[in-house]
Amino acid sequence: MSTQDQRLEDVLARGYQHGFVTDIESDTVPPGLDEETIRFISAKKKEPQFLLDWRLRALERWFTMKEPHWAKLRYKPIDYQAISYYSAPKNRTDGPKSLSEVDPKLLATYEKLGVPLHERARLAGVAVDAVFDSVSVATTFKDRLAAAGVVFCPFSEAVQSHPQLLEQYLGTVVPYGDNFFAALNSAAFTDGSFVYIPPGVRCPMELSTYFRINAAKTGQFERTLIIADKGSHVSYLEGCTAPMRDENQLHAAVVELIALDDAQIKYSTVQNWYPGDENGRGGIYNFVTKRGECRGRNSKISWTQVETGSAITWKYPSCVLRGENSVGEFYSVAVTNNHQQADTGTKMIHLGANTKSTIISKGISAGHAQNTYRGLVSVMPGASGARNFTQCDSLLIGAHCGAHTVPYIETRNPQAVVEHEASTSRIGEDQLFYCLQRGLSEEDAVNMIVSGFCRTVLKELPMEFAVEAQNLLAVSLEGAVG
Amino acid sequence: MSSLLSIRDLHVRVSDREVLRGIDLEVATGEVHAIMGPNGSGKSSLSHVLAGKPGYEITAGTVTYLGRDLLALPAEERAREGLFLGFQYPVEIPGVNNTYLLRAALNAARRHRGQGEIDAYDFLEVVRAKARQMKMDESFLTRGVNEGFSGGEKKRNEILQMLVLEPKLAILDESDSGLDIDALKVVAEGINSLRSAERSLVLVTHYQRLLDHVQPDKVHVLAQGRILRSGGPELARELEQRGYDWLLETAA
Repeated sequence: MSTQDQRLEDVLARGYQHGFVTDIESDTVPPGLDEETIRFISAKKKEPQFLLDWRLRALERWFTMKEPHWAKLRYKPIDYQAISYYSAPKNRTDGPKSLSEVDPKLLATYEKLGVPLHERARLAGVAVDAVFDSVSVATTFKDRLAAAGVVFCPFSEAVQSHPQLLEQYLGTVVPYGDNFFAALNSAAFTDGSFVYIPPGVRCPMELSTYFRINAAKTGQFERTLIIADKGSHVSYLEGCTAPMRDENQLHAAVVELIALDDAQIKYSTVQNWYPGDENGRGGIYNFVTKRGECRGRNSKISWTQVETGSAITWKYPSCVLRGENSVGEFYSVAVTNNHQQADTGTKMIHLGANTKSTIISKGISAGHAQNTYRGLVSVMPGASGARNFTQCDSLLIGAHCGAHTVPYIETRNPQAVVEHEASTSRIGEDQLFYCLQRGLSEEDAVNMIVSGFCRTVLKELPMEFAVEAQNLLAVSLEGAVG
Repeated sequence: MSSLLSIRDLHVRVSDREVLRGIDLEVATGEVHAIMGPNGSGKSSLSHVLAGKPGYEITAGTVTYLGRDLLALPAEERAREGLFLGFQYPVEIPGVNNTYLLRAALNAARRHRGQGEIDAYDFLEVVRAKARQMKMDESFLTRGVNEGFSGGEKKRNEILQMLVLEPKLAILDESDSGLDIDALKVVAEGINSLRSAERSLVLVTHYQRLLDHVQPDKVHVLAQGRILRSGGPELARELEQRGYDWLLETAA
């Protein structure tokens, strides 16, 4: 190993900056998952019968399913019965009516994370529905959104206020039996976000949720449902970071998006959960099912993700392009460092005529990490005139990491046009030396090269997130070259 | 004139091959030197070693730059101390804005000298003027570093960077290769515009033709890892007429 490699590895060894734990008493159920647990959660949330029944059907299905192991991921077996499935901050029998009622410690936690609550949120034009453990504790800008007719609230609140919308749409994109983790989530989800944009409405602000995992051994099972009614537009941001923990924490979220005729949904994620230490101990296990359906004509769903955290990432934000002329997009940057493993990508299912999809994936591996792009482009017989363009680029940093590209393409329509481009490159010693020769530090050089590599994806992020994402890349890869 | 760069008995290996086998070279402040030689003679190795590129093992010798041990400085520090290498094959860095890199480079040097950073607006004025001098379209400034540039455009871009960074010692590794006549003139004019009593230039080249436009003070012939002969501009002309073989034969 050259001295340069050594220097880089040293910088790579820098600790996680958001590692802290807020000490708040939690109201936690004993570990284990059975019908009683589900009934407890459902009762806690005063859910209507249809939802309880749905959860119980999901649980029944889950018991018959096996954890999938087709992804290129290695981890110790998860003991699902050792996890506590409900944990809520105490002292909130009625729930806080305003920020002043929120536990100051909690607010301080958000401060550290840079969550734009208070005025900062308003100035940034961002409404925040902050999830702390399993219960939402603060929601801002409801009035302004309400004036536009937009519903943006914790999932558990939507259960009370909009049960008919839930009953109509929940599970219609990701059925409860879709996969092992989706079934687990459907049975045990505790909270999440709900968004409904009425016909013709352009949501007046970016919507944002910060997820955070806190209590030890508490899995998080968020459920997000976004419905964009005819001709509406919404841009939703999701960002997260978690405190340092020595035990692996399971996270199995489900996100469902539904775009009706002429509607557009843009869903952006910056994910920075604790990735484990440099020896691969600890870190979040992130098994997420995200899927959007372009149900109406001319509708559009766009996923943008910057994934830098988690020890294990299993995530394939997908689009079902059912409506004619509908458009699906997937822009992804996935960074893995140290012993992180990511198996991520997308599925574009073309059902309707003249549907279009674009996939741009940028994978960056450093340290001993493994980074896999796994994607499916499927064109069904009815999708005449369908088009897809896929570009997958991988960047390797150092000699001990891996990048893998696993594209699946199925076309059952002879008129479809599917293009796939892929490249794998190493951060060139030559590129790095070029920058050093111009006087840049190694760190600045790596950041510059990496953000250049990711530029086509980063420019898809909403402005306020683009800067954050750039910083995150810098933090995740400090000096990561060899 | 004081010595800017002093190389003494420099021996360098790459893997198991000795690429430089005892180089001695003195470059005084304000001088223009040309290092000529056939392919594989060690010209690029010498340029790389001076700039601090990894992969070269220095087995003997010293290099003093501005009175300091150059070989002890990391590459970025050498650059900030005013040593510039114009690359023979400038790399592409996709997605990284050309102007952005150049401003970061200038500011790194300015911070090193204890000066304030130049702001984006002032910098743009400077870089635009230099781009005009190099007859480069402004669109090059906003493109990715060398991304999709032709060979000649890359070379011009190197000289543009040199003009902006105003180094104390510029080593130009085959800045003339792959240029048509017009581009060669532009590059040569760029180089000449930087000639001054405070700055030294080392032109590494295979051919005489750049030296028709940039008159060197001293010419050295490098072959088989050694400087076989040194002289004035007339040596370059002699090489152009007779080739390198007669020198190699004398050396052998």
